[in-house]
Amino acid sequence: MRVAAKIAAFQLLDVLRSRWLFGYAIFFLLATELLLRFGGDPTRALVSLTSIVLFTVPLAAIVFATIYVHRAREFVELLLAQPVGRDAMFAGTYAAMAVLLSAGIVLGIGMPFALRGGAGVGGDAVLLVGAGVALTLVFAGTGVALALRTDDRLRAFGIALGVWACAALAYDAVLLVAATALAGAPLERPLLVATLANPIDLARVVMLMHLDISALMGYTGASFTRLFSATAGTAIAAVSLAAWAAGPALLGARLFRRKDF
Amino acid sequence: MIEFRALMKSFGARDVLRGVDLCVRPGRVTAVVGSNGAGKTTLIKCLLGLVRPDGGEIRVDGVRVGDDPAYRAAIGYASQTSRFPEHLTAREVTKILLGLRGESAVIDWELFERLAIAPHLDTRVRALSGGTRQKLAVALAFLFAPRVVVLDEPSAGLDPAANAVLKDKILSERSEGKTVLVTSHVMSELDELADDIVFLRAGRVGYAGSVQKLRVFTGQPHLERAIASMMNKEVVCA
Repeated sequence: MRVAAKIAAFQLLDVLRSRWLFGYAIFFLLATELLLRFGGDPTRALVSLTSIVLFTVPLAAIVFATIYVHRAREFVELLLAQPVGRDAMFAGTYAAMAVLLSAGIVLGIGMPFALRGGAGVGGDAVLLVGAGVALTLVFAGTGVALALRTDDRLRAFGIALGVWACAALAYDAVLLVAATALAGAPLERPLLVATLANPIDLARVVMLMHLDISALMGYTGASFTRLFSATAGTAIAAVSLAAWAAGPALLGARLFRRKDF
Repeated sequence: MIEFRALMKSFGARDVLRGVDLCVRPGRVTAVVGSNGAGKTTLIKCLLGLVRPDGGEIRVDGVRVGDDPAYRAAIGYASQTSRFPEHLTAREVTKILLGLRGESAVIDWELFERLAIAPHLDTRVRALSGGTRQKLAVALAFLFAPRVVVLDEPSAGLDPAANAVLKDKILSERSEGKTVLVTSHVMSELDELADDIVFLRAGRVGYAGSVQKLRVFTGQPHLERAIASMMNKEVVCA
């Protein structure tokens, strides 16, 4: 654990000095501030912010993680040539990445709400930050696993963009087309599974069920609301999202343990 | 003593190491040579635990190389590409390794002094020249006074003065009974340094023995020509 912490500390320092993270935090800070000032009531601002988070967080996390792992490869080799275990090395690197990306969201979204005493939607804002952090973990873990599995940097980057595009853009549209083609068939359960299979959909369901705005739920999310009450649905989606957050990181750890550098 | 026994490694359909049997003797400088893709770097990476062999085993001073990383406390390593985190300073990079080795590690600052790294210690890596980065990489390989030093193309990017310092250090380590394993394409350099030669050809040991015997065997007085002639001979182990 101490070894992982030491590795994480220096990785944190390296990334902090690159100033990339500040740009990320400032983006959320500006978006939140502008929406709270000019976006009507705080709930509407939060809904708009949810769309921004669902779109940008997965992209930033998966791209950053993929690039970071590839760039750090030679240094990782040097560290692994020391008397250091691979699990500690992975834990330190992943933790640094997850903490930094999450900090960008916590500060960027959290601060404007905190300065307004929660703006009357403090609990909802905390939930949005939590969903953003969960998506960060999912997609940072996915990016790490991708980078470990794909030695070619450009190819890994391309696949990362493809994964994001599928999950964030194409998923709902493909399911809508499929459901239209299969009109009349009992699709509620398959659509529930489809929602559980996409962490972005899950995060959307968590937020919008909590805010009780089914109109913006998306096709898969709408089927979720038909099957569960708001409380049960939010809880099931939140637990599934938490499981998703752990999955890619565990896969990354497994790949790292077996990786030939 | 480093022992490789029937070491095998493939990357996909490509067999890189095809049953390497080898003993690297302590207190000697052993050069691993061979054409591009012969398996030199893979052999070294297997020793360091960076690449997992498909078969065979490696022992360092009798300890089998496996999942326990403790054996690497005895090893110092410089790779052929010296890339460090760009936004850290040379001092911070050094501190990371010092932190990982623990307080009980013996520290040897000699190369930091002789390669004049001190003025660059507070410079961020991205502002360092390629040569200075390589000096740092080489100095880090010797920092913990390791019993075994593994150097993969260490002179690439070093200026002649730094290269001379490195050669002196390698020879002084040898005189202290330490083992140096080095790969290089610069045969004149190895001619000067190496006691033993391991010649890899297509993932197998083509020759393993002293430089002197190799010269006799090939009838060539210079290492470069001796190696070149080996490339055209059948597999022979001395």
